[in-house]
Amino acid sequence: MRRIWDAPGGVHPPDNKAQSLTSSIGQLPLPEKLILPLTQHVGAAAKVCVSVGEKVLKGQKLASASASISAAIHAPSSGWITAIEERAVAHPSGMSAPCIEITCDGEDRWIECMGYPDYKQATPPQLRNLIADAGVAGLGGAGFPSAAKLERGTHMPVDTLIINATECEPYITADDILIRERADQIIQGIDIISHLLGTPKTILIGIENNKPEAIAALNHHCQGSGIEVVSFPTKYPSGGEKQLIYILTGKEIPSGHLPADLGIVCLNSSTVFAIKRAVIDGEPLISRITTLAGEACDINRNYEILIGTPVSHLLAQNAFHPELCSRLIMGGPMMGFSLTSSDVPLVKSSTCILAPSHTEIPDDDPVQACIRCGLCAEACPASLLPQQLYWYARADDHERLQAHNLFDCIECGACSYVCPSNIPLVQHYRSSKADIVNARTAKATAAVARERFEFRQVRLEMADTVREAKREARRIVTEKAKITSPTTTQPSGSSAADIIKAAQLRGTARQASPEQQRAKLERTLMAAEMRLKEAQQRLLQATNNASVDQQAQQLASVEAAKRKVEQATQRLTEVSH
Amino acid sequence: MAFKQVSSPHGHARQSTGQIMQLVLLATLPGLLVLSYQFGWGLLINILIATTAAISAEALILKLRNRPIEFYLRDYSAVVTAVLLGLALPPLAPWWLVVVATAFSIIIAKQLYGGLGSNPFNPAMVGYVVALISFPIEMTTWVTPVSLLAADVSHPGLLESLAIVFAGNSPVDGVTGATPLDLFKHSDGLLVEQIYQNNSLFSRASFAGVGWEWANMAFLIGGLALLKARIFTWHGPIAMLGTLALMSMLFWDGGSSDSPGSPVMHLFSGASMLGAFFIVTDPVSSTVSNRGRLIYGALIGLLVYVIRAWGSYPDAVAFAVLLGNFAAPFIDNYTVPRTYGHSKSRRATDKEKSE
Repeated sequence: MRRIWDAPGGVHPPDNKAQSLTSSIGQLPLPEKLILPLTQHVGAAAKVCVSVGEKVLKGQKLASASASISAAIHAPSSGWITAIEERAVAHPSGMSAPCIEITCDGEDRWIECMGYPDYKQATPPQLRNLIADAGVAGLGGAGFPSAAKLERGTHMPVDTLIINATECEPYITADDILIRERADQIIQGIDIISHLLGTPKTILIGIENNKPEAIAALNHHCQGSGIEVVSFPTKYPSGGEKQLIYILTGKEIPSGHLPADLGIVCLNSSTVFAIKRAVIDGEPLISRITTLAGEACDINRNYEILIGTPVSHLLAQNAFHPELCSRLIMGGPMMGFSLTSSDVPLVKSSTCILAPSHTEIPDDDPVQACIRCGLCAEACPASLLPQQLYWYARADDHERLQAHNLFDCIECGACSYVCPSNIPLVQHYRSSKADIVNARTAKATAAVARERFEFRQVRLEMADTVREAKREARRIVTEKAKITSPTTTQPSGSSAADIIKAAQLRGTARQASPEQQRAKLERTLMAAEMRLKEAQQRLLQATNNASVDQQAQQLASVEAAKRKVEQATQRLTEVSH
Repeated sequence: MAFKQVSSPHGHARQSTGQIMQLVLLATLPGLLVLSYQFGWGLLINILIATTAAISAEALILKLRNRPIEFYLRDYSAVVTAVLLGLALPPLAPWWLVVVATAFSIIIAKQLYGGLGSNPFNPAMVGYVVALISFPIEMTTWVTPVSLLAADVSHPGLLESLAIVFAGNSPVDGVTGATPLDLFKHSDGLLVEQIYQNNSLFSRASFAGVGWEWANMAFLIGGLALLKARIFTWHGPIAMLGTLALMSMLFWDGGSSDSPGSPVMHLFSGASMLGAFFIVTDPVSSTVSNRGRLIYGALIGLLVYVIRAWGSYPDAVAFAVLLGNFAAPFIDNYTVPRTYGHSKSRRATDKEKSE
């Protein structure tokens, strides 16, 4: 028996999973239009590779990954591209973002798919490319591009592969039903990933003990495969990546690091299913299992929906009563966000659409004072002190917030859930995090501006010294001219006394002027040497703590000063000879 | 159609602040019943006067502060303060004493700081200390426990009690007397054994002191019920009681004439249990982390013992708690728990490393 570690904190909200598990995975009729946001994942937006008016086939690539952390997007059904423009997307702020609109032709005709059933012959980079090309991103809700996650595993040997089938959010049963019905394909997916990662020593499937059917299905298919199915007591948020890794291995991911840094890769079970489809069947990620739940819909059930299906289409097919609905949530009740409109499309990370009635999730009660009862601290899975964070968030005390590790908050909502005073704690933390990030950005911008200003100062100084040197040179030239002028322009027909006087003057000038000249040149040399010394010192400082730009610029000023010293020395020697 | 925009999580556990306060009130019932049995109607009258005064004072200030009165009264925090104060003040104390103490608690110690959640000191204890310092005679006159009354004397009835409280009638001789802690403090030069033999407060007690031992036992039961209901954690109360027991063991001195008393006497006398489970656990004025609560509780236990043993007051819970309240923010700075993914806990005063 594998040891299970008990993660700190956590809450036990009613799980409400039975409602959507009464029937098998359903299919929806094809919607009239599909809307595909270019950003359905963590990272850079995908780059469009089709144009308006083009006819596309089901599975055809519409946009490709534009960076190492990005994911491609494919046509979920055949039809015409009717628009590429900003549309309202599923986002907590209700914002718009670039989307591709497909008007379906109803034929649902596939492009030719190149599967790779013999994946054992493929090299890890080939498999990763297949997965990247299929646009697979984490289907558990976060949407991290899977190929990038598997890429990270190459920096360090992966010894533990964890499949996250926890599904700790109430209401959501998408992973559960997928495992019940297609456990064999998930195991195939695990085999592919295991091969890709160089056969990790330990392969675990983590699942909460409130899914006995799914556990049985997994156990059935895992027999003799070396994959271990580990069930543990139900507690929210055990399905958080950090929490699950701790529960299964007792290891904590150090703050600011990734699981891969500990040789662990953690993937959601539905993502594994998508990887199986991508590799063995050659089918890109164009559909997912989404749970529809809540009392405002007569039918609660899981659907295999096409990515891009408008939420309204899903609701319309299931006898939705808007007047009964207290709010429309994408995701689960703990971490999901409310949708202001049902016109937005379902995306790769849409685990659930929850349409609760007013009795099911009533409007929030008014906020009362925080009495620091500490229930939130008991519930926090990261062992933070939410009550202190709350006070500091209200006081905008960024220093204290960071000292209390605000950025280790995973926004699971357990604190707000237990708060007897109905304080929207998570909202306060989100807003404070954004404030701190903004302040950091502002500080960085100011630092760049300062750097520029300093660079300008040095540049001006350099120009000054150059000008001064030129002036000096000019003066020397004019002085030379002055000394030589009496000899060249001798007045003719002058008296003998005048000639003698002139000769005397010439003599004194000849004697005095080299002295003066040398003294002057020596002073110039000294000044130039001083400047060189200063410039060298600045360069030394710059090599310790300044940017590359600054260093280069200091180096330039040292060179300039050196040149000046050389010039001065040369002139001095000329004069002395 | 447009839907409501609300931030996650959606839905809450069904326990409100008002309900927590009501549970606390419920948990004081065993103690209240035992105390009333032992000392007569006085305590109930105290509580009624205190509750009326607290609600009126709270409503008045809320009105002055332009806050919705009914909404804030429903958090029951004023009632909790009033009940705790009513339990702590001597039975049959004059009505104005109770009113002054309660009004001070609510107006000065709570509302002037910003109301519930913002007060640095436990309001009930502030009210108690103000009364104790201002009216020492009234505050140190306790009623004799029922089992120690002479055969021809009994506690005043309800009407008689009301007359004492409101009209200032004097109670019958023999109805008032010292408390065990009081008696112990003023029995200098006697061996502990002699004190126990000479005074019926001790000689007729089951284990600690007549009247008080069972009242403390009842508060302990109420407190354990709250602990079971997870209203607070064990850290504060156990640290306080543990330190109190440890100190009284260390200085027990074999029961010599200098001994400040046995651990059992200290644990089950005065406001030990009421303090440990109903005052130390006040979340607003205490520390926030479990480690902090251990230190906070231990500090209060230590101070209770120091004041009882070597100070000039027989009981010390109120003073000790207020001193603990002073220290709480400081303790909080050094007891931030270790966060997931960090090797060490940080100080609350840590500065972020500049990059």
